[in-house]
Amino acid sequence: MADTTSITALAIPDHAKESDGVWGFTRAQLVALGVLVAFLVVSPFVLYPVFLMKLLCFALFACAFNLLIGYVGLLSFGHAAYFGMGGYLAGHAAKAWGLTPEVSIIIGGATAGLLGVVAGWIAIRRQGIYFAMITLALAQMVYFFCVQAPFTGGEDGIQAIPRGSFLGLFPLDQDMAMYWMVAGIFLLGFLLIHRIIHSPYGQVLKSIRENEPRATSLGYRTDDYKLMAFILSATLAGVAGATKSIVFGIATLTDVHWSMSGEVVLMTLVGGLGTVFGPVVGAAVIVTMQNYLAEMGAWVTVIQGVIFVACVLAFRRGLIGELGALLKVKL
Amino acid sequence: MDDIFGIPAPLLFGQLLLGLINGAFYAMLSLGLAVIFGLLNIVNMAHGAQFMMGAFCAWMLLAWAGIGYWWALILSPIIIGFTGIVLEKLFISKLYKLDHLYGLLLTFGLALIIEGVFRNEFGSSGLPYRIPPELSGAWDLGFMFMPIYRGWVVVAALILCLATWLIIEKTRLGAYLRAATENAALVQAFGVNVPRMVTLTYGFGVALAAIGGVLAAPIYSVNPQMGSNLIIVVFAVVVIGGMGSILGSILTGFALGIVEGLTKVFWPEASATVIFVIMAIVLLARPAGLFGRA
Repeated sequence: MADTTSITALAIPDHAKESDGVWGFTRAQLVALGVLVAFLVVSPFVLYPVFLMKLLCFALFACAFNLLIGYVGLLSFGHAAYFGMGGYLAGHAAKAWGLTPEVSIIIGGATAGLLGVVAGWIAIRRQGIYFAMITLALAQMVYFFCVQAPFTGGEDGIQAIPRGSFLGLFPLDQDMAMYWMVAGIFLLGFLLIHRIIHSPYGQVLKSIRENEPRATSLGYRTDDYKLMAFILSATLAGVAGATKSIVFGIATLTDVHWSMSGEVVLMTLVGGLGTVFGPVVGAAVIVTMQNYLAEMGAWVTVIQGVIFVACVLAFRRGLIGELGALLKVKL
Repeated sequence: MDDIFGIPAPLLFGQLLLGLINGAFYAMLSLGLAVIFGLLNIVNMAHGAQFMMGAFCAWMLLAWAGIGYWWALILSPIIIGFTGIVLEKLFISKLYKLDHLYGLLLTFGLALIIEGVFRNEFGSSGLPYRIPPELSGAWDLGFMFMPIYRGWVVVAALILCLATWLIIEKTRLGAYLRAATENAALVQAFGVNVPRMVTLTYGFGVALAAIGGVLAAPIYSVNPQMGSNLIIVVFAVVVIGGMGSILGSILTGFALGIVEGLTKVFWPEASATVIFVIMAIVLLARPAGLFGRA
């Protein structure tokens, strides 16, 4: 079984000294959570809300991706499929069916989850690098579907998606109103992932990451656990994509393209695989970088590649992982 | 000319030939991936970028130095293979003790850098590369016209694949390679310089991709994205065939190219996805791949 590579070799902080703390947060994590919530509340008054909404959508996307790589040890190289598909369905629901934004986002997330059921069912048959190649290939299939399907609008995408009114009552045309909804979705998703990781189910996931044959021998049906984690991750990625398409009023092929799958890997890697706050920080770094370097064209790709190489060679723990190691806490 | 299954024969044979050519590229690229994976245990995500570099190298040799197709066929793989050796020495060799996924992430990063640099330098529109005069024109085979260059690509790919297979299965060097794939530490204990062999193997795999690029240059337009879309299909081919067997990856490559060509005739909308669908079916029936060892 050359396939069952030991995932423990991934630079993921060990969870041996897991203290209970409050709601599964350690003291350091509570402080970090406080900083995060304070940032969510204060930042829209200081920074451009549309930029922040983009950042939060990608942060949720990266957290969803991290659920798989960080806690089950599965590297999905096709998460753009769920992100993009969630975006398309939410856009279609809001524009063609005239549904309210929260229902559209739920539809987007559910569609991505269904897609995750099928893709996960096929992909979990292999581990390690094969899993990465299979998810990449399946995502490319979804990409070609989106190029051809009539409802996605092909190269044009779905444009002019209305933001609508939250619950049909609160109009979201103002950026600030929209921001609070996006911040709420992000925080809910973030806490949900944290809850999943710290549930008994999450403990089994981590045991699969550390030693899958042993988890099997203890009587866990590891495939079921992995599939469930895949579906959860796909659903949350879909919610992130759906929120993004409602915010920007547009859903395009960019969000289903393989380069988007690469970007979410990069965000998580920069922030720190298997850390709670890493994906958020990583997403913030990459989105900010893309924003400032947008006029540099293809050099952005080169810089992203350089960051990839640098992270793999020198900073495998990522920013938050390194910070945690420095302060000797788990973040 | 007669119809076959209600399809005009020239169309059918034309698409079959196109499928065979695509299959030739799938075979060459998946072969290189399999050789690299066998010894280095990394998936070379930069393989598509190196295929593209091979094509660009041929274009640069012609445009800047006036060196024609036949010399490019020899020089380009040597030059690009050498860049592969440098990459292995500088970066990839640092990762052998780590999880295989890091190799995948690193080579993905390298692919991004290479593609980005070429896009900055040459734009995305694509550059023409002329078919060499010896191979231009077409043969009349009676049932269809066969462009000579396309026939040459299929033959050249077959020769290359078989030569690689012979080197690996029948020579002493190949025996070392296979032994090191099974147990590198033991082979090193017998006095074989395994690290050097690993470096050269990576260079060889990259050179194979570069030859593919040179062969592809006159058929497809030479552009920075020509490798990245191809390589995802090749990953699916590799999953279908399983990376255990050299002959297996050659066979799978050609067969899937032909299947794709036939799909283009009978159900054009599905031709872009058919290989991925086959991959899903194979995974459900034989998770290790058609020729893979579980």
